[in-house]
Amino acid sequence: MSVAGINVLVEETRALQAPLLDVRGVSAYYGSIQALKGVDLHVNEGEIVALIGANGAGKSTLMMTIFGQPQARTGSITYAGRDITRMATHEIARLNIAQSPEGRRIFSRMSVRENLQMGAAVHGGRHFAEDLERMCTLFPRLKERLDQRGGTMSGGEQQMLAIARALMSRPRLLMLDEPSLGLAPLIVKQIFSAVRDLNQREGLTVFIVEQNAYHALKLAHRGYVMVTGAVTMSGTGRELLDDPQVKAAYLEGGQH
Amino acid sequence: MASGSTTPIAATARAEASPLPGLIKDAGLFALVTLGLCVPIVSYRTDLGQGIGLVITSRWGTVFALCAAIFVLRFLQQLYLGGRDRRRAARAPVAVVEGASRLGAILSPITLGIALTLPFLAALGAGSLGEGRYWIDLGILILTYVMLGWGLNIVVGLAGLLDLGYVAFYAVGAYSYALLSTVFGLSFWICLPLAGLFAAAFGVLLGFPVLRLRGDYLAIVTLAFGEIIRLVLINWTDFSGGSAGISSIPRVSFFGLPFTAGENGFAATFGLAFNPMHRLVFLYYLILVLALVTNLVTLRMRRLPLGRAWEALREDEIACRSLGIDTTITKLTAFALGAMFAGFAGSFFAVRQAFVSPESFNFLESAIILAIVVLGGMGSQIGVAIAAIVMVGGPELLRNLGFLKAVFGEGFDPNEYRLLLFGLAMVAMMVFRPRGLISERTPSVTIAERGR
Repeated sequence: MSVAGINVLVEETRALQAPLLDVRGVSAYYGSIQALKGVDLHVNEGEIVALIGANGAGKSTLMMTIFGQPQARTGSITYAGRDITRMATHEIARLNIAQSPEGRRIFSRMSVRENLQMGAAVHGGRHFAEDLERMCTLFPRLKERLDQRGGTMSGGEQQMLAIARALMSRPRLLMLDEPSLGLAPLIVKQIFSAVRDLNQREGLTVFIVEQNAYHALKLAHRGYVMVTGAVTMSGTGRELLDDPQVKAAYLEGGQH
Repeated sequence: MASGSTTPIAATARAEASPLPGLIKDAGLFALVTLGLCVPIVSYRTDLGQGIGLVITSRWGTVFALCAAIFVLRFLQQLYLGGRDRRRAARAPVAVVEGASRLGAILSPITLGIALTLPFLAALGAGSLGEGRYWIDLGILILTYVMLGWGLNIVVGLAGLLDLGYVAFYAVGAYSYALLSTVFGLSFWICLPLAGLFAAAFGVLLGFPVLRLRGDYLAIVTLAFGEIIRLVLINWTDFSGGSAGISSIPRVSFFGLPFTAGENGFAATFGLAFNPMHRLVFLYYLILVLALVTNLVTLRMRRLPLGRAWEALREDEIACRSLGIDTTITKLTAFALGAMFAGFAGSFFAVRQAFVSPESFNFLESAIILAIVVLGGMGSQIGVAIAAIVMVGGPELLRNLGFLKAVFGEGFDPNEYRLLLFGLAMVAMMVFRPRGLISERTPSVTIAERGR
């Protein structure tokens, strides 16, 4: 094989190996307050990556920054080889990244079906019926409530709706912000097992931000720990679960 | 008062446990509180005496009467509220929803039927077209507000952008027609779409600076925008004629045929006897069609992705953006479309009045239109129509309350109490139907529609 041919091959493998989402040295500010202090992390295709940390560590800010609001002041965010650091939120959303934002943010006066339609807005609802069927299999609870107003459902059902709405855009990368917040342990289990299913069966890449470190690390292939705006630790989910520091800081205190 | 703040459930439970003694005890408590309040305030009056000093008059009779009145009123209120709470508890919430949408389903065709036949009804009821003039005029007035309400409903009800300066677009439409027709001699049918376009352009103009604002801040800026337009119209005398306005605006024609007695007139062409009422009836149907177009466009838009994006925007802007919806475009189109319908209504206003002045476009107009949308139940089309009838027709109705003279004596002028009664009606409305007349939003997609 010629040198040029080998070079092409190397390039291709590199492209394959390049992470789907690559965050490098990102810092972000709310006014003059620095919320992120040079965050580095990456998410590979097909992985579940968890970001854990205490309240106010900057986990949600990082997720919002990846989505362009607030925009990163320094550093770069690359998604599938494209620099998305300076893109507007709605443009990023059209690149097959879907987000289930903090606090669910479902459209409470619209029906479940309409919520899901909004999720499919990026491709004009071309495969709406098919995707609706998929969501109903994934979350049977939603199927019973398709014509109910979103705001009248329980917290767990709303969270399911928020995830299903994000999935309606057929994303390559799903970003979940605190999906377990305020939910009963049984519901958390259901939601996390649905996420694991999606990852194993459809190869969906998932980036999950959680305070519930135990469940998140058990679910994730890899994890990062964030403290006051910077990543302090990383490793596989197992490693972090067994790490004495992580144990002391995030696992003890009955969050199981 | 303590017992007044008990939850409905507690009230129901109490009413069910011991209906009569409980109620009497409760009312007695109220009377006692009244007594406590009355003793220092009402029971003694000081008057200037004959000489120096004051004379104390005791008024225990009044105090007793007040306490008795409070007792009876509270008793009746509890009797009524207890019954209502029990009825509510018995009804499942789903039934209420169905009831609300069924109410809309019954009211819509009736309202539409009356609207379509109003000129004939007026002519029949009053004896002849000429004598039914008052009713047709009132119909035109109400329909103008129905149309404005439906237009504003796009901005406020659907997109959730609180606009207090909506009347500015109405003014833009009215002045567009007034100026284009008097200066360039363009006909109404050319000016109508132009007025809509101008108003829509102004809508975008307002939309840009307020893109990042929401709620109260947006309300203040739109309020200011409305005032700016009005003040420009007053002060730019060369352009708009100042506060004198623009008069002798050409009348509407029947697609080119003028409503005159002459040979080329509408009546002669169709072989009818000339009647000045023809023009009025035509105006009536013109505004009816314009209003219905507004309604149809809104209903259609709600099913389109853009319309659904408006509603999503009203619910949650951040979620919208994270779903890939361009909120800039979404907001601007809502402003533009809402403004366009106000522009149409404005040019209709100008052609009907044949006179426009800045006085017609003050803040009170914006407030009335907004009240129509809010009272109608944000986002409900039939609710807005009914609210417009109540808001615009109601005060007219109160003009004719001559019979009250019999009750309150010859000196009573119902006109003076018009706004008072109107205010009371609005307060009552907000107490009994706080979310608007028709508060239930019908989903734009349902199972039945999909044939499943």
